[in-house]
Amino acid sequence: MTYQVASEFARSWGLVFLMVMFGCACAYALWPSNKRTFDHAARLPIDEEGQP
Amino acid sequence: MTHLHSGERPATPGVLIGGGIALSLAIMGSIVAARYAHDSGFAAHAWIFAAGFLAGLVWLVRRYANGIPADDLTPYADGVVRAGVIASVFWGIAGFLVGLIIALQLSFPNFLYFPDLPFTNFGRLRPLHTSAVIFAFGGNVLIATSFYVVQRTSKARLFGGILPWFVFGGYQLFIVIAATGYLMGITQSKEYAEPEWYADLWLTIVWVCYLLVFVGTLWKRKEPHIYVANWFYLAFIVTIAMLHIVNNLAVPVSFLGSKSVQLFGGVQDALTQWWYGHNAVGFFLTAGFLAIMYYFIPKRAERPVYSYRLSIVHFWSLIFIYIWAGPHHLHYTALPEWAQTLGMTFSVMLWMPSWGGMINGLMTLSGAWDKLRTDPVLRMLVVSVAFYGMSTFEGPVMSVKAVNALSHYTDWTIGHVHSGALGWVGYVSFGALYCLVPWLWGRKQLYSLKLVEWHFWISTVGILFYITSMWISGIMQGLMWRAYNDFGFLSYSFVETVEAMHPYYIIRALGGALFLIGALIMAYNLWRTARGDVKSEAGAGSAGLAPAAAE
Repeated sequence: MTYQVASEFARSWGLVFLMVMFGCACAYALWPSNKRTFDHAARLPIDEEGQP
Repeated sequence: MTHLHSGERPATPGVLIGGGIALSLAIMGSIVAARYAHDSGFAAHAWIFAAGFLAGLVWLVRRYANGIPADDLTPYADGVVRAGVIASVFWGIAGFLVGLIIALQLSFPNFLYFPDLPFTNFGRLRPLHTSAVIFAFGGNVLIATSFYVVQRTSKARLFGGILPWFVFGGYQLFIVIAATGYLMGITQSKEYAEPEWYADLWLTIVWVCYLLVFVGTLWKRKEPHIYVANWFYLAFIVTIAMLHIVNNLAVPVSFLGSKSVQLFGGVQDALTQWWYGHNAVGFFLTAGFLAIMYYFIPKRAERPVYSYRLSIVHFWSLIFIYIWAGPHHLHYTALPEWAQTLGMTFSVMLWMPSWGGMINGLMTLSGAWDKLRTDPVLRMLVVSVAFYGMSTFEGPVMSVKAVNALSHYTDWTIGHVHSGALGWVGYVSFGALYCLVPWLWGRKQLYSLKLVEWHFWISTVGILFYITSMWISGIMQGLMWRAYNDFGFLSYSFVETVEAMHPYYIIRALGGALFLIGALIMAYNLWRTARGDVKSEAGAGSAGLAPAAAE
C-alpha cells in the first residue's frame, strides 16, 4: 500500500468512521429514553445500599 | 453477611491442590532455567521467579490449610484490595525516594554514585524511578481501586476466586523482576518498556488474568448499567494489553538468556515505541485514573456525577482521539511529516475531551463546594483534577511543532510530565487511598485530618517548586540551545547550559523532597487509621466528614 492510497483512505473513510462513531456516542448519550438510566447511574457511587 | 450466591463457589481443597501443583511446577521450571541460564542476569531472575513462586506456594498453603478463610466468604472480596493499598503505599514511597536520589544526582553528580557499584549509576536508577512510580505505584493503585469499584458499582463479588490474588501477586513479581533487572543492567532500552522478553511474557499472563477478573465481575453484575468508571477501567486494561504486546514484539537471542532483539527497527520501531509510550500516558495514567475520579469524587462529595451524558461523550472521544497522538514525540525526526502533523492535530483535539472531563469532575462538587474548606481529602481529589486540566492544556500546546521545537529534549518536558504525575496521578491516588483505608479496615474516620492537611500543603508546595523550576530551566535550556551569535555560531556550549540549570535542579530536588515527606506523612496516617487509632483534634469538624463506609 502506497502512502497515497493510505492517506486517501484515512482522509475519506477514516474521517467518516470517526465522525460516525462520535455521532453514535452523542446519540446514545443524548437519547431521551436513556435519561432515566443515566440519572440513576450518576448516583451509583453514592447509592450503594444494596449489597450483592 | 456470610451468604454465598449461586455460581459462587467457595475456595475448596481443589484450589489448594491445583494451585499447589502449578506453583510447584513453576518453581521446578525456574530452577531448571537458572541451572541452564545463558547469562548470570537471567540466572538471577530465574532464582527470583523461583522465590516468588515459593512465596506464593507458602501463602496458598497457609491460607487454605485450615479450610476456607473468612475472607473468601464476605460479600465483597476486599482482602486483595487491602493488599493492593499496602503495596501502593510501599511502592509509592520507594519510587518517590529513588526519584529524589536521581534528582540529587543531577544536582550533585557524585551523590550516592559509586563507580564500583554500577547499579548506583543514574542510567540504571532512572528507569527504576519511572517504573516504580508509574507501574508499581500507579499500577497497584489502579488494580486495587478497580477491584474495589467494579464490585460496588456492579453489586457483585470479584470473579475468579483465587484469580484476583494471582493478579496481585503476579504483578508484584513482575515489578521485582523489572526493578532488579534495571539494577543489573538488563534492559531492552525502550522507554517505559524496559523489561526484557521473559518479564514481558509474565506480565502478559498476569494482565490477561486481570482482564478475566474484571470482565467476569462485570458479566455477573446485578446492576443493569455498567457505570462509567468501569468503562474507563476496561479501556485501560484492554488498551494496555494491546500496547504491551505490540511494543514488546521481540526475538530472544538465546532461549534462556536475558537479551532480545526488537522485531521492528528504525523509524517503525520509533513510531511503535511512542504509540505505546503516549498511550501509556493516555490509557494508564489518564483513563485508569479518570475511573478513580468518576467514582471517588462523587462518593466523597456525596454528590451525583455532574453530567452523566458528558461522561459518556468524554469517554468515547478520549479513547478515540488519544490513540493517534503518539507521533508528537517524534517531531522533526525521520518520521514522515504527515505522521507528525497527524500526531499534533490529534493532540490538539484531545484538549476538548480532557477539559470536558475536568469540568465534569469539578462540577460534581456543585452544592458541596463548602466541603473543600473542611475536607482535605476531597480537596486533594479536586486539586488533582485541576492539575489534570492544567497538564492536559500544556500537553497539546507542547505538541504543536513550533512550540515543540523549543521544548523538546528540554526540562520543560520533565516539568510537564511531573505536573501530570505528581499533581494529577499522585493526588487522585492519595485521595483514593485516604478514602479506601477507613472503608476497607472498617474505621469510622481517618486517624488525623490535620495530618492530611499537612500532607496536602507540603506536597503542593513541593509540586509547585518542581514544575516552576523545570519550566524556567527547560525554557532557558531550549533558548540557550538555539541562540546564535552574529557569525552564525552557537552562543553557548552544552556545558554552559548545564551550569545555568544547576540552581533549578536543586530547587527541583527540594520539591521532590517535600513531595516525599508528604507521602511519608500519609503512610503514617494510613497506618494509624488501619490500626483503628483516632487522634483527638480540637475544633476539627471531622465527625461529619467521616466516610460513610463503616455502616
